[in-house]
Parts: sequence; structure tokens; C-alpha cells
Amino acid sequence: MAKKGFEDRGQGLGRREVLECMVWAGTGVLWAISGGVPHSVGLIGDAVAAEPAGFTFLQMSDSHIGFDKAANPDALGTLREAVAKVKAMPVKPSFIIHTGDITHLSKPAEFDNADKVFGETGVQIHFVPGEHDIIDEERGKAYLERYGKGSKGAGWYSYDDHGIHFIGLVNVVDLKGGGLGNLGAEQLAWLEADLKDKSNSTPIVVFAHIPLQVIYKEWGWGTEDGMQALNLLKRFGSVTVLNGHIHQLAQKVEGNMTFHTALSTAFPQPAPGSAPSPGPMLVPADKLRTLLGLSTVSVVQGNKPLAIVDKTLAG
Amino acid sequence: MPILISQLRVAAARLVLNRGLVVALLLGPVIGAMLAFGTVAAQDATKNDANEITIDNFTFTPKELTVPVGTTVKWLNHDDIPHTIVEKKTTFRSKALDTDDSYSFTFTSAGTFDYFCGLHPHMVGQVIVK
Repeated sequence: MAKKGFEDRGQGLGRREVLECMVWAGTGVLWAISGGVPHSVGLIGDAVAAEPAGFTFLQMSDSHIGFDKAANPDALGTLREAVAKVKAMPVKPSFIIHTGDITHLSKPAEFDNADKVFGETGVQIHFVPGEHDIIDEERGKAYLERYGKGSKGAGWYSYDDHGIHFIGLVNVVDLKGGGLGNLGAEQLAWLEADLKDKSNSTPIVVFAHIPLQVIYKEWGWGTEDGMQALNLLKRFGSVTVLNGHIHQLAQKVEGNMTFHTALSTAFPQPAPGSAPSPGPMLVPADKLRTLLGLSTVSVVQGNKPLAIVDKTLAG
Repeated sequence: MPILISQLRVAAARLVLNRGLVVALLLGPVIGAMLAFGTVAAQDATKNDANEITIDNFTFTPKELTVPVGTTVKWLNHDDIPHTIVEKKTTFRSKALDTDDSYSFTFTSAGTFDYFCGLHPHMVGQVIVK
């Protein structure tokens, strides 16, 4: 079940690395980096079998540990299932990016449970907070104490790996009434300085909880000053934007930028405007994993079309 | 390959369309029932506790509430997602309200108080104190 993402028209792709995304069974998103021309991608089993060990990382999101309502009475259980799949991977990912809402209510026990299960992966995890991770009484102190080491402000940071510049942004603090997600002037100034010495050919992966682009304003699915961040990233040849928050897949390619939102490991949320509110979508228990299910494949480079393969867990 | 991609896109679009249609068909009567129920509930609320603002489906009801000085207003969260109540000038700010948690604030001076949910700031409401 392999799909070729786009055609190589000999436009110098060989000089840059290519990011590929393989969404995987509602548990995580596997990203592979390969030099030179793009190649076929498929569902994770195929991809892992076909690929020799390369650089891969996972995206996981919206674990909501502590959530116990009807939409999924056991969010810790479904996280365990996801982590079991990570442990079963024949080639371990280099690291995991978690795009926020680790917990549901920022309670110490919720963070403890999440840490314990994530720890079983044996893989380093780079977190950014979701709005559910900063509702302790001191509004984010609990998160920063656990995950904020080496970060600035409310928890933003950057690092380099395999020639790629990774940037974790925080857009869930100091939200303004009537508005959307918010990065704020301080973080934007930091981002500008962080990018200053990076060459245009450096592949960029930027991740944050709430989508940086506006996906659905009526439900607050976007970031008020997200465009300012994206404008700073425009000059780069390859930019991949990873978000969570909306508990469903949404993908878009604009120029050199690819936008991707991940599935939750806890509960699905409705498609924009398809329900009275963005709250947890209640589905029959035997359908839950089907809806958390699978999968999308995207390939980024220039203005090329995106190859998408969707598949449910039941399929 | 572009043909394959467009086929996939068409298939995806069809899926989305069908789902939307099914949701609409299923929700039609439900929304009708909710509206009918909402009317009854609002009347009851008026009778029992005129100074209560409920949160359902990421919405404050009533969205605008007028009360005399000295009134204690109570916000009650019926959603299964936490919300907070934050006054625009941070005159008041609640802790996170989980399902069925409530927050009360006593208005000791006249004025217009715009508030929103600190987690989902598209949720807004207003209390007018006279």
C-alpha cells in the first residue's frame, strides 16, 4: 500500500533533505528524513520494512491524562496502547514530539501517570504545553517544573537534530478575551533572534499545541499572532508545522510550508462546525479506536501536491 | 500519480460530505429537542436562580446578565471539558472548573464586566451591574 507522494522534476531536491510524514494508527505520527529525491511512502508497517534505519521521530498529542468522561473513560489506557506500539517499533524513533495537553487538569497525579507511561518508550520526549497543562493554581508552574528545563518564557525552546532546526512554541498562555491562541511579543522576538543565523536551506520543524494557522475561528482553532511567526519562517525552503489541540487530522501545504495536526490518543473531536461545540465527540466504545484510527501520509517539498492515505484502525 | 492523488482527495471529500450529512440528519431532532428543553430550563433558572450562568457546549447562558449591585453571580460548568472565568481587566478570575464545578463572584460596584474563558477565549459573556 505504497503511494508515491510527488514527482521529482529535478528541481534541486537533492540538495535538501525531505521530510515525510506517515500518520500511524491514531497513536503517533512517524516522520522520516531522507536525503535526495522523495520516494514512496506507505503505512507504517510498509515504511519501516522498506526503510533502512534512518532518522525518524514521532508526534504524539492530546493525551489528556485524567480525562474519564464518556468519550473515553480510560485515557491512560489508550495512551498505554499507543506507547505499546512505540515499544513494538522495529526501528526506534530518535525522539517524540508531544504537542500538548499531556494532562486534562494539570494535576500532579496526572503528570505522574503520563510520565510513567511515556517513560516506557525509552525515547526522549520534547513537550510543549496545551491549555490543559497550565491550569494548576500557579498557572503553568507545574508544567515548567517538569518540562521547562532549558526553555524560555512559558516553555518555548529550539534545538537541532540531524541538520534540522526544531522549534517548540507556546501559544496557550495569556489568551485574550474573544481571541485565539497567543504567542505574544516576547516569544516572537525570541523566535526572530533564534532564526537570525539560520540559512534558508535549513529545514525547519515548528511545533505548538494550538494550530498556528486559523483552521476554524468560531471554535478558537487558530493563533491570533500565528501569521507573524509564519512570516518569520517564510524564507526557509522547508518548513513543517506540527500542531495538536483539534484531535483530528488536518493537513495543508502552502508554498514551502506543510501544516499538520495530529490525532489525540484520548478522544476524538468533531469536524469544524459539524457539532454544537468542539467538545469531546461521543462515539460507541467499539468505535473509539476506529475513530482515533489512522492515517495520513504527507510529503513536503515546494509546491508539490500532498499524498494522503487515510485508513481507520479497523481497516 | 497526480491522478491517484486527486482520486484520493475526491474520496476524502466524499467521506467528509457524507459524515456531515449523517451528522446533520442525526442532530436535527436532537437540536430541536435541546432547544425545546433549553427554553424550559431557562424558565426554571429564572424562577430558581436568576443569577446563575451556565456553560454548555462552550457557551455562556445567558450571554448577557444584568444584576443589581451586591449580587453574587454563579457560573456552573456543564461541559466535560474544563473552563475558567476571567474578567477582561482581571477583576476576577476563577480556577479551572471541571464538569459540574462552579465559581461565584459578588459584584460590589456598578459597571459592565466583560469576561471570557481563559482556556477557550472565543467564549465570551457580559455581566452588567446597576
